[in-house]
Amino acid sequence: MDRLLFITTLIAIALILTVLISLRRAHIRAEYSVSWLAAAVILLVLAQAPGLLGRFASWVGIEDLPTALLFLVTGVFLAVFYRFSIIISHLRDANIALAQRVAILEFRLENVEDGRL
Amino acid sequence: MTHTAPVHPLLEDGRALILVPAYNEEQAIGPLIDEVYSLFGKIPILIIDDGSHDSTAAIAKGRGARVMRLPHHLGLGGALQAGYRLAFELGFEFVVRIDGDGQHDPAFVTAMLDAVSRPGVQMAIGSRFLHTGGGYTSVSRGLGIRLFRTFLRPILGKPVLDPTSGYVAVNREALEVFSRSFPLEYPEIEALVVLRRRAFQFVEVPVSIRPRLAGRSTITALKSVYYIVHVMLGVLVNILIFDRRRWR
Repeated sequence: MDRLLFITTLIAIALILTVLISLRRAHIRAEYSVSWLAAAVILLVLAQAPGLLGRFASWVGIEDLPTALLFLVTGVFLAVFYRFSIIISHLRDANIALAQRVAILEFRLENVEDGRL
Repeated sequence: MTHTAPVHPLLEDGRALILVPAYNEEQAIGPLIDEVYSLFGKIPILIIDDGSHDSTAAIAKGRGARVMRLPHHLGLGGALQAGYRLAFELGFEFVVRIDGDGQHDPAFVTAMLDAVSRPGVQMAIGSRFLHTGGGYTSVSRGLGIRLFRTFLRPILGKPVLDPTSGYVAVNREALEVFSRSFPLEYPEIEALVVLRRRAFQFVEVPVSIRPRLAGRSTITALKSVYYIVHVMLGVLVNILIFDRRRWR
């Protein structure tokens, strides 16, 4: 269990560092980094506070602490992925509307120049 | 230009538009435009070039059609909606959609316009199953059509023989709806549900569906399964969220 918590700590720290470096290099926008940082901090806190993990495990009815940790990690990342699916859907809608508007304006401009409108 | 078919008054006076979505159809688009012009003369025809990588747009322009080029590939629904938006903004009262691969015989445009200009009808669907000898379709598509007929019957409240047909004519009421809200992928069936939920009426018109003029269909067996699942999910979601805008 100690080794699992140690590895989880390393993963959480690596995730936080990766996100911070990406932010600094402008590879990720601040608003989209919040979900990842929150997920990493949750993992870090639970890995560093086994008592808290134990209380969570008993609350959800899981006796085995590693299984409880896995359950929690899965839940956290599912929430993050779901949030990004919503963001991607909105961006795709906006992208399509924008592309359509560009095409319509370009069409109108060309036809005004050709004297057809 | 001399033409071989009587021109429908709606086309002649510029109230109707022929809309042609096309993606990488450089071999088929030229002959299709020539065919339309030879049938009806120089009528309004708008090609929506959905981000083709080939010469589709250049060939269409060269044949005298008006071309709207999308900045990148949006897929059939996105391309069609762009065309419907432009047609609505330009004030057209009727739009007939035929595909850029030449499968839809433009000789039936007149019958489609007759049907959609009837009072109380907002949309006409070209049906290969109402036309003698017009039923060209692949085996997998035929099976899909039967499945969708059964699935759609209770939802639409009436039977539809050719629900996957892309040979469609709409009046300005339906054009207004489609310009605001149109399914983005595999739009034919979901579009029927969109209109039905607004109590609009459609009729089926006998048309002939031909093999593609050129090129190959990109539909594979796996895509067919995805298509069926996607469309059914889209229809169910459309029913569940009626009146909430899902597409822009």
